[in-house]
Amino acid sequence: MDADIALIVDGERRAVTVDTRTTLLDALRERLGATQPKKGCDHGQCGSCTVLLDGRRHLTCLALAVAHDGAEIVTAGGLGGPGGPGSLGSPDGALHPVQQAFLDHDGFQCGYCTPGQVCSAVGVLDELRAGHPSLVTEDLAAEDPTGSDDEIRERMSGNLCRCGAYAGILAAVRQAGTQEARA
Amino acid sequence: MSADIVTQLVPDVVDARAMGRHLDRQDGVEKVTGAATYAVEHPVEGEVLHAWLVTSTTARGRVLRVDASDALDHPGVLRVLDHESAPRLADTEDRELTVLQDDRIAFRGQIVALVVATSSEAAREGALLVRVHQDEEPAEVVFDEHSATYAPEEVNAGAETDTEVGDPDAAFASAPVVIDATYVTPHEFNSPMEPHAATATWDGALLTLHDSTQAVHAVRTTLAPVLGLAPEQVRVLAPYVGGGFGSKGLPHAPEVAVALAALALPGRPVRLAVTRQQMFALTGYRTATRSRVRLGAEPDGTLLVVRHDASSQTSRIKEFAEQSATAARMMYAAPHRATTHRVAALDVPVPSWMRAPGEMPGMHAQEVALDELAVAAGIDPIDLRERNEPEVDPESGRPFNGRRLVECLRVGADRFGWSGRPAEARARAEGDWWVGTGVASATYPMLFSPGNTARIRSLGEGRYGVDVGAVDLGTGARTVLVQIAADALQVAPDCIDLAIGDTDLPFATVAGGSSGTSSWGSAIAAAAQQFRHDHGSSPDPGLHTTAASGAYADTEGHAMHSFGAVFAEARVHRWTGEVRVSRLHGVYSVGRVINPMTARSQLLGALTMGLSAALHEEGWRDPRTGHVVTQDLATYHVAAHADVRDLQAEWLEEEDHLATPMGSRGIGEIGIVGTSAAIANATFHATGVRVRSLPLTADHFLDA
Amino acid sequence: MKELTYHRATDAAEAVALVAADSDARFLGGGTNLVDHLKLGVARPGTLVDVSRLPLDAVEELPDGGLRIGAAVRNSDLAAHPVVRRGFPAVARALLAGASGQIRHQATTAGNLLQRTRCVYFQDVTTPCNKREPGSGCSALGGYGRYNAVLGASEACVATHPSDLAVALTALDAVAVVLGPDGERRIPLTELHRLPGHHPERDTVLDHGDLVTAVELPGSAVAPASTYAKARDRASYAFALVSVAAAVDLDGDVVRDVRLAWGGVAHRPWRAYVAEEALRGAVLTEETAREAAAAELAAATTTDQTAYKVAMVRNLTAHTLLRLAGGAR
Ligand SMILES: Cc1cc2nc3c(=O)[nH]c(=O)nc-3n(C[C@H](O)[C@H](O)[C@H](O)COP(=O)(O)OP(=O)(O)OC[C@H]3O[C@@H](n4cnc5c(N)ncnc54)[C@H](O)[C@@H]3O)c2cc1C
Ligand code: SF4
Ligand code: FES
Ligand code: FES
Repeated sequence: MDADIALIVDGERRAVTVDTRTTLLDALRERLGATQPKKGCDHGQCGSCTVLLDGRRHLTCLALAVAHDGAEIVTAGGLGGPGGPGSLGSPDGALHPVQQAFLDHDGFQCGYCTPGQVCSAVGVLDELRAGHPSLVTEDLAAEDPTGSDDEIRERMSGNLCRCGAYAGILAAVRQAGTQEARA
Repeated sequence: MSADIVTQLVPDVVDARAMGRHLDRQDGVEKVTGAATYAVEHPVEGEVLHAWLVTSTTARGRVLRVDASDALDHPGVLRVLDHESAPRLADTEDRELTVLQDDRIAFRGQIVALVVATSSEAAREGALLVRVHQDEEPAEVVFDEHSATYAPEEVNAGAETDTEVGDPDAAFASAPVVIDATYVTPHEFNSPMEPHAATATWDGALLTLHDSTQAVHAVRTTLAPVLGLAPEQVRVLAPYVGGGFGSKGLPHAPEVAVALAALALPGRPVRLAVTRQQMFALTGYRTATRSRVRLGAEPDGTLLVVRHDASSQTSRIKEFAEQSATAARMMYAAPHRATTHRVAALDVPVPSWMRAPGEMPGMHAQEVALDELAVAAGIDPIDLRERNEPEVDPESGRPFNGRRLVECLRVGADRFGWSGRPAEARARAEGDWWVGTGVASATYPMLFSPGNTARIRSLGEGRYGVDVGAVDLGTGARTVLVQIAADALQVAPDCIDLAIGDTDLPFATVAGGSSGTSSWGSAIAAAAQQFRHDHGSSPDPGLHTTAASGAYADTEGHAMHSFGAVFAEARVHRWTGEVRVSRLHGVYSVGRVINPMTARSQLLGALTMGLSAALHEEGWRDPRTGHVVTQDLATYHVAAHADVRDLQAEWLEEEDHLATPMGSRGIGEIGIVGTSAAIANATFHATGVRVRSLPLTADHFLDA
Repeated sequence: MKELTYHRATDAAEAVALVAADSDARFLGGGTNLVDHLKLGVARPGTLVDVSRLPLDAVEELPDGGLRIGAAVRNSDLAAHPVVRRGFPAVARALLAGASGQIRHQATTAGNLLQRTRCVYFQDVTTPCNKREPGSGCSALGGYGRYNAVLGASEACVATHPSDLAVALTALDAVAVVLGPDGERRIPLTELHRLPGHHPERDTVLDHGDLVTAVELPGSAVAPASTYAKARDRASYAFALVSVAAAVDLDGDVVRDVRLAWGGVAHRPWRAYVAEEALRGAVLTEETAREAAAAELAAATTTDQTAYKVAMVRNLTAHTLLRLAGGAR
């Protein structure tokens, strides 16, 4: 059964007809040609399909597109850079500090998990700023968890990287977090 | 430009200017923005069709009937191919690639039908609605100490099945210290983040395949005869590949399946993404291994005899013999030595290459055995390895090309802080954790694949096009090949326009066996040197030269290997037995490092994969059905970010001009070798519990 | 995935009416479990009634110091809630120990409690499974067993319940508020999930059309001194091998009051009443804690593959109680 919905993808409103069974991931990739979110498992087990959905990091493979009519989605392509297929990129083509940090620390190899890692990292830094705890936060009641290495590792654990770029990803998130704190 | 004249030459040494320095990853921006397009992401002309595989649920038997009526009734489903309706293949010798040609079922998870639909939703549902009536025959799927095995003619990489030097039996009989233990590694799955996938279009004359592969030309040369096409009728493209680690080194059944779908629906692009679950049966894996390792030594640890008897399983339809015992042939000095390989042929999917096939499981066994010897003899594990350092390759008697294992061990020991390590196990606790350290050696042969060809084109204004059908699956090839080309042409890297990942480009071999950079780089060096010879230093635009590299490496005169040392600090929870690797450091001798950044990522990535194998990975095959039930990323665990703590890789400065004109050797695999052994040895040191199987799960240490 | 009708409910009563009237309809929360099952063919509903946008997304403080948690509150929001962090740390930790940051933004309170087992055979429609297809047999018996139950299992099913949150809520005497076709009722968490018996297809006591609208946590003296510990096969993003939710109120080193529940050991979150009873009034030491856990585990049945769980949950219980006594949360 088909349904007409609209999604705001990287700042652009896009009308799309989906099957009621279509996941947000397949709506983006197969129907809108926005292939920044990747499909590593299709079952919520890898994090490659992570985007920012209404401002928070979110998987797209376990979400039905019809349930997210009107949602605002930012992919790695919408965070910055010259823009990829189906995405606007940033107006001046500048990279987002998280993207730049991934380049600086070689936080990837094959690049398949990377758009998801980048979106997740942006979400992690937001959550840290908002004072959200993680499992490794010693004092749950404290309102300002630190961005320690262990905090970053735990919070980024929903994004698997089979190339094993975790060391670079850690350094990248740390750098982007420090820049943010300074800004 | 297919009519190019190809010159074959052995390239001269390339002077390093760009090589050895940093160069930004050439495709970095595309990757961090998501603009890089993988196999099923390429925009194609025409309305795309979606294919979905239907797989067998019996391990052995026959397909009696494929009932597609419900599937075809489902809106959007266009076609269901089965063994009767699929186009015929021209060559069915390779049973792994013989897809939908007959009713035989050789393993659980084999392709028995294929659904093509206008949407992926319809294709998925169509596949569920196909009813496959199967006749089940008794199957053998269990690999253990009781499995009947045979001696293969040779083992993977063309190595000898058995070797023997001296009189091992007599040596054991008189050896003062003997270690005799069996080490077991489980089925491991490459599990690249990008699932195996392809988009195929057949226009009546040309089959275009956007594939996720480590070798575009190998896909073409393998598939063309299978499909009954001339090689020129198959074009394979792979500009970006989301990892492979060996599983994408050769085409597997899904590539044939998508090609069949395209042939059946001419003019329509067909996309097939193998599901994560299906990958556990269809795209290769590292077979489980059993290694009986026996070491006989003097009381001071000097080895008298080494024996490694390795067995593994393979599929009844295609032999793959993991060469686990080959490292025992060259690692340590000993006057007496024997190695053997046996395989059990079972009704299971076809095993294949996974990062450092042979060395990874084999060195795990050997390096844990060596740790057992160190404990038995009361010697420091590093001293033990140093004591058994051979002067020449123990079996062939050839000199090494520069064997720096001891330096790796010593430098690593220094960096890691090895000295002062308590000799006895279970000596250190911090909070709720037992803490221990362990070490292991690493090695990987220097491999070179002949036949690589590259083309250099003058673009004018000092710029050059460099074409080679290589693939970058994350290794950094797209970056280091630019550095090599720049130095070979003696220009700056930003003068190079590199094109890779397309069979329209000159022939290149697989990104595998850590041979890619060596082999493609040699071809680029040959072509660049020939180009300069032909066209001088200020060539007119349009001039070009194509050349192939002859064998450069002196493999006859030398035993060519890379070496390394891995140090691990493991923590074992006193209450739950959970294991954490708090530090993992590797030091390597790998020839010249062409790009420090991408090289470090390769080594760290392989160390991470070794850690993952040590702690997590286990494909559990149901003995009743032959089915790997841990068939997704929630049950087949690979290391998550929180599992990886302090991880470091470094290398000894060197250049190896016996190996390649660039002075490099290859770095893709050595990082996984020995890593799980170092961690296993560290858990023993932490707890006093010796675990001889992988993975090192918490239950092993609960009573520690 | 079967063809689907999607309906976004506007209020709870409408949602209940829609689902109750249609045996082929299901509630959709965040979808992290149900959409997974749609793809696997494990669930094949014809209609989805989306309850994730119902106005059930508030966390309210109750007069007794307790909390009323709306069914649609996202796992991440609940874990970050200041009162949960301060007053019910076991709940916050259990949530944070589950899944991943992304999934927690999507998953709802009710959906988490009602997620189904991760038994590998349940998730694979090509294998027999009594829970998925009553009467077809249980593949896990004699199959892959590492995650199977050691308490309360039956011949028909040896699966475990996967939720971490449910274990913490079970320990802290939470109550599910359920709206059914016949009105509202309150079901203690300890009674919400079932043991498999002859009917493993029924995870809970809920009937078709019963909508969980909220979960209430009573105010209690023990809850602020509670925590959650989880042992697993990797450091993060993995389901429990075993887990422990514990709360303890000490008078010196004497246990005045204690709550204990275990995850990963049974078809439901396992409230360890026997162990609690053994500990109440006792001096808390490693030995008394181990003995109390062992008493609870006397009824355990194990196989080669699950035997480790007995030692693991016993150890983890002792460890967790001692850590609580030391001030950890
Ligand atoms: C890779 C992965 C790892 C995970 N790891 C963990 C883990 O470690 N620990 C853990 O606890 N969980 C884990 N989860 C599970 C996750 O927490 C659950 O999937 C999630 O909490 C379910 O919430 P939901 O809102 O998405 O539920 P849905 O998927 O929407 O629904 C689940 C079930 O609840 C029913 N339902 C939903 N809302 C209501 C309602 N209000 N009333 C009645 N019925 C309702 C649905 O019909 C469905 O049957 C993991 C999931 C994944 C994919
Ligand atoms: S344990 Fe339960 S869920 Fe698993 S196969 Fe058996 S019946 Fe199905
Ligand atoms: S594709 Fe969504 S989590 Fe893997
Ligand atoms: S970069 Fe390849 S999976 Fe992460």
